[in-house]
Amino acid sequence: MKLSRFFKTVLMADFVGSLFIAFKEMFKSKKTINYPFEKGKISPRYRGEHALRRYPNGEERCIACKLCEAVCPAQAITIESAERSDGSRKTTRYDIDMMKCIYCGLCEESCPVDAIVQGPNFEFSTETREELYYTKEKLLDNGDRWENILAANIKSDSPYR
Amino acid sequence: MEYINVVFQEVYKIIFLLVPVLVSVAMIVWLDRRVWAFVQKRRGPNVVGPFGLLQSLADALKYIFKEIIIPSSSNKIIFILAPIITMTLALIAWAVIPFGENEVLANINVGILYIFAVSSLGVYGIIMGGWASNSKYPFLGSIRSAAQMVSYEVSIGIIIINVLLCVGSLNLSDIVMAQENMWFVIPLFPMFIIFFISALAETNRPPFDLPEAEAELVAGYQTEYSGMMYAMFWLGEYANILLMCALGSILFLGGWLSPIDLYPFNLIPGAIWLIFKILFLFFLFALVKAVVPRYRYDQLMRLGWKIFLPLSLIYVVLTASYLFYFNLLPTI
Repeated sequence: MKLSRFFKTVLMADFVGSLFIAFKEMFKSKKTINYPFEKGKISPRYRGEHALRRYPNGEERCIACKLCEAVCPAQAITIESAERSDGSRKTTRYDIDMMKCIYCGLCEESCPVDAIVQGPNFEFSTETREELYYTKEKLLDNGDRWENILAANIKSDSPYR
Repeated sequence: MEYINVVFQEVYKIIFLLVPVLVSVAMIVWLDRRVWAFVQKRRGPNVVGPFGLLQSLADALKYIFKEIIIPSSSNKIIFILAPIITMTLALIAWAVIPFGENEVLANINVGILYIFAVSSLGVYGIIMGGWASNSKYPFLGSIRSAAQMVSYEVSIGIIIINVLLCVGSLNLSDIVMAQENMWFVIPLFPMFIIFFISALAETNRPPFDLPEAEAELVAGYQTEYSGMMYAMFWLGEYANILLMCALGSILFLGGWLSPIDLYPFNLIPGAIWLIFKILFLFFLFALVKAVVPRYRYDQLMRLGWKIFLPLSLIYVVLTASYLFYFNLLPTI
């Protein structure tokens, strides 16, 4: 036992073995992806950048119930509402401070009309702080841009809600 | 007029040697990172240029445009001198490396001693950098580095004696020519292993990268350096690694000689063979970096003084008595 251990040390068996293992590992497939060019798979429940959705006829979904504002643990959402000319209650202001937001997804869960959702986009870094104060226009614009994916995600996740 | 001609000729030769060395240093950094990444199943730098080959050039460009910060409490002259010395010493050693039968910048008789002296002087750059920074981490890092390099230099020196016993000359070209029949890696295999490991320690590579141990010493003697001065340390370090690989291939792997003196092989020019051997050794360096954890300081000293030094001394006695008994001692 001791002799075998001695020879193992002198011949650096473990070290040489590890070199061969390392050499073998070099030819295995990579575990990392080529990030900017290929991206990992994202779950339909992924909580990324926010978006305000519209009905298919173009009407905003948001009814200014302010549940999201109330539930937001980081108090990142600010909503002001007013009665529109046709008598419906709509938001005049819907701001999300994306630096306060902790991406917990409670706003999406609390929304009774699926208006505020968190989409699959996670690449919205900006060069200035101001650009991260999202306004209603920006959020609606996000909604329009990602609508296909957002709708599909909500549909595929609906059996589990 | 004739004098100026000679000077120009020499300068051309030097540029012809230094530019490829510097370019290959840049490439070798890329290779190092790439091998390291591949062992860990990552991709490594692959964006800048084909396969990321130009990554080092991009890095160098970044370093050039970065601000050089000189700490106010530092000894400014020595602080600036340190990276210059490191890099110069790493580069001037290349003067005696033979790339072929007569393809050597300075074919001096004491080539191996010259390389040994210059690489020992390399420790000055590190000590000066660490001391002039006037900060604790660089200071501790440079002390560690100095102690480590001095200890391993001893065993490297004795390993070189082994080779010199078989050659009977200090000239690097002679050392290569003496290996025409058999590379020294075969009779002196244990010495080759010890040389390789000592070279790792000598160039502060893992597992002997204690002077730069991130967890304890931030970046060791480089902590206070930035911009181009940092890049010069880094260039010097890799030039040293390359030099050690070249020395290993000249001492043990037959330098520019082809492995077998047969038709398709001996057509390839000697410089290519030498580059192949250097690359092979460097590849091992990079693999070792990916495989091993860092030594503790006392383990490092124990390995150097209590294992490598006696082993190489015993092997000197063995080699000498073998050569003497069989009357194989080289005639000078």
